[in-house]
Amino acid sequence: MKRLAVNRYRCGYCGACIAVCKFNANELVETYLEVYHDKCTLCMACVKTCPMNALEVVE
Amino acid sequence: MMDYDVIVVGAGPGGSIAAKTCAEKGLDVLLIEKRQEIGVPVRCAEGVGREDFEEFVKPDERWIASEIENAELCSPSEYKIKLSADMAGNEVGYVLERKIFDRYLAKLASRAGADVLTKTSAVSMKRENGSVKLGIRSMGEFQETSARIVIGADGVESRVAKWAGIDTTLKLNEIESCVQYLMTDINFEPTTTYFWVGRKYAPGGYIWLFPKGEDAANVGIGVMPSMAEKPAKQYLDEFIKEHFPEGEIVEVVVGGVPVKGAIETAVADNVMLVGDAARHTDPITGGGIINAMRAGYHAGITASEAVEAGNYSARFLRKYDERWMNDFGKTLVRNRKLQEKMLKLDDSTFDKLFRGIGSMRIEDMSVKRLALELFKREPKLLWDLREFLV
Repeated sequence: MKRLAVNRYRCGYCGACIAVCKFNANELVETYLEVYHDKCTLCMACVKTCPMNALEVVE
Repeated sequence: MMDYDVIVVGAGPGGSIAAKTCAEKGLDVLLIEKRQEIGVPVRCAEGVGREDFEEFVKPDERWIASEIENAELCSPSEYKIKLSADMAGNEVGYVLERKIFDRYLAKLASRAGADVLTKTSAVSMKRENGSVKLGIRSMGEFQETSARIVIGADGVESRVAKWAGIDTTLKLNEIESCVQYLMTDINFEPTTTYFWVGRKYAPGGYIWLFPKGEDAANVGIGVMPSMAEKPAKQYLDEFIKEHFPEGEIVEVVVGGVPVKGAIETAVADNVMLVGDAARHTDPITGGGIINAMRAGYHAGITASEAVEAGNYSARFLRKYDERWMNDFGKTLVRNRKLQEKMLKLDDSTFDKLFRGIGSMRIEDMSVKRLALELFKREPKLLWDLREFLV
């Protein structure tokens, strides 16, 4: 199944992905980006917004 | 249970000024910061306009990294415009050391009487009998606190906004995706900020160089996700390879900057939003420090009035909306419109404009003169921008 994956070595925990998420499917817990896969619709908004290219949809 | 008049979530410049203002008005206020160190990690290019900034704080060499007198703008084919102090407007000012500046402001809040907790995040919020129950996790321990008002100064990823039901979600043309390196071993004039504009460099945004002292500078980029074909970092890396191949990167800063313009309301029952949480950043420059501080002040004043009136309803707190709107909100609206026009300019138009203007003698340059030159060269463009040139 397709899902959003976070590359934690790239993530700069800036929160830009949270600002563009319509579905409240992510959250920044201090420096840890949490993704709620049950809410994520794979709309790609966060993937396109991430300055560090740390987000991708994987199988 | 800890009980406060006001809890401020987030100890950036907006949150600290809000807490300081509340404390000075005699309110019981708690300022919480989720990071263990205030001011770190920075998410900012650290530039502020001199005049506006000095309204708020007396500049102190401990947190002024550079004083800026000139701005240089560069077009895609490297035609340059140089502006000096009296004419570059808001781009001329200071480059701050935010790590130190943010702590200084938090200290001001604490000195005014605010309680401050770091490594403390807000984890839940609900309204109950006209006040707010805010769950916080402080150094790993959960606690329930209560407050009459919560001021959300919790940044671009604001959770307070979401809990309060204030929709501030940004579309892909309402945010700049930003990366910045603190670089050494590069050449620049320490009193000049540099800007590279055009889609070639940064679709829907720009590249900047802000000096930090004599031998280091913030070199960063913002791109608009709706226009960018690559991640921000890739554009910046390509630029640096071409312009500063010898430079060393000593720090990486990442961030999302709202460029939505003014939101309809930054309040809900018991809640006010400040700074990035309220999308208070300028759509053209991306600058947000001063607006956040202003908003913090307005929120603090409004909070003290609300406590005095015993009224924490959204309706009462709309006074805060009016205040920030009349202060800088109108500029946000105008600059969002201006940005929409500028996004339509292609690289050859930028080159044409810069080529013409750049050949003028610098002493002759003023905004009015710039407008006249533009008019001679691009009457159509000027007509489009007429409302912004008055």
